Amino acid sequence: MTSFAEGLSHAIELIISFDNDLIGIIAMSLKVSISAVLISCIIGFPIGASLALCKFRGRNLVLVILNSFMGLPPVVVGLIVFLLLSRSGPFGVLGLLFTPTAMIIAQTILITPIIAALTRQTIEDLWDEYSEYLKSLDSKKIDTMQTLLWDARFSLVIIVLAGFGRAIAEVGAVMIVGGNIDNITRVMTTAIALETSKGNLSIALGLGITLLFIAFAVNGVSQFISSVLSKRAML
Amino acid sequence: MTINKTIMPLNVKNLSYQIGNKKLIQDIEFSLVSGKKTVLLGPNGAGKSLTLRLCNGLLQPTSGSINWGMPQIKNLNRIRHHQLMVFQRPVLLRRSVKSNIEHALKLRRVPLGERKSRAMLALKKSGLEPLENFPARSLSGGEQQRLALARAWAIMPQVLFLDEPTNNLDPAAVRSVEDLISSFHNSGTKIIMTTHDLAQAKRIADEVLFIHNGKLLEQSKAESFFLRPKSPEGLAFISGELLC
Repeated sequence: MTSFAEGLSHAIELIISFDNDLIGIIAMSLKVSISAVLISCIIGFPIGASLALCKFRGRNLVLVILNSFMGLPPVVVGLIVFLLLSRSGPFGVLGLLFTPTAMIIAQTILITPIIAALTRQTIEDLWDEYSEYLKSLDSKKIDTMQTLLWDARFSLVIIVLAGFGRAIAEVGAVMIVGGNIDNITRVMTTAIALETSKGNLSIALGLGITLLFIAFAVNGVSQFISSVLSKRAML
Repeated sequence: MTINKTIMPLNVKNLSYQIGNKKLIQDIEFSLVSGKKTVLLGPNGAGKSLTLRLCNGLLQPTSGSINWGMPQIKNLNRIRHHQLMVFQRPVLLRRSVKSNIEHALKLRRVPLGERKSRAMLALKKSGLEPLENFPARSLSGGEQQRLALARAWAIMPQVLFLDEPTNNLDPAAVRSVEDLISSFHNSGTKIIMTTHDLAQAKRIADEVLFIHNGKLLEQSKAESFFLRPKSPEGLAFISGELLC
């Protein structure tokens, strides 16, 4: 309990004092995770919507694989991205290893299946409701996808939040491909892991509480916006 | 080359639809021309809605053919471009009343500049103008069905399929929906509608297709059907007997 209280006071102290290191770590965490979520949405929404609308041979197998990838172990993804980006790997010439870009790539690989699989389920449910109307209007596939994605916008917010939650809390992949370099690739989770291993439990706990606070804040704001908008659109 | 601009008449031959071994529609044959309000009449589960969906191309028949009066157009989707279906439970998008209409116009490739004025005209026609910015799904049942019809009004299809459009509506709402249906008819749209409501069929129909157990038992002028139905089932139906 003592270390928890210490951690709490440390967290408050860190936040109130606008500690430069902490701000830098938070900014890097948000930059990496938000970038990964955005890229995952750009890739995952159309994939999910396409899978919901298109029937093709082997679709069930694709769905099984996609759903399984929702539980990809971060360290495995980190290791694969590490091998791909390392000097001897196929993308080594790009020199991306131990940079925020490498962390974004790893997190994008982790989150995209989550966004795509959940989008597929959401769009499929909405398609059940809209299909006859849109077919009667002779809607083209691209128009149908746009319509469904827009009308599922409030459910998609929750999916984005699930992706963000996975990204911001993830440590294994970013540790491996980012290297936890101070002021360059250090994020909240890797900093917590480092401080814990050094025995600085109160600092680690302080960072942990700050991370929790950020997660609550982001979710709270998104939930508020989503509920206000959904009331206006009468889901 | 002269191009026939109307998709009517509709010729249906040996139309059947089955799921598994169950025949839901059996060898239905009929021809419909423009200018008459056609009502598919019959008890619940007779196959009226299925026939409507088959004609609109929402379902593929197991056998038989559906031919429209545009033989030069082979692509059924292009034929469907001149039709629209209004469903028993109107499908409304999670948008405002006006956006629902504008969205339908967009899918029908109506130029952006025209959409707003056509949507406003349709809202005015359906009496929904004061509700233009309301969320569509917050409307009452009758208003929702009027919005579905307003959407159709904005598109102005050649053929309007109506699947039990006044089910579960109160008399005032039924009246306003039926008035709109008459407006469509007066403006030249072919009305093909299903109902199991005898009184409504009498009010609306110019011709009746009586369907029972997936079979078309008769196609008659409305007045002769209600006066002297040809089939015993038709007679039983208009006498208010329970058909099995």
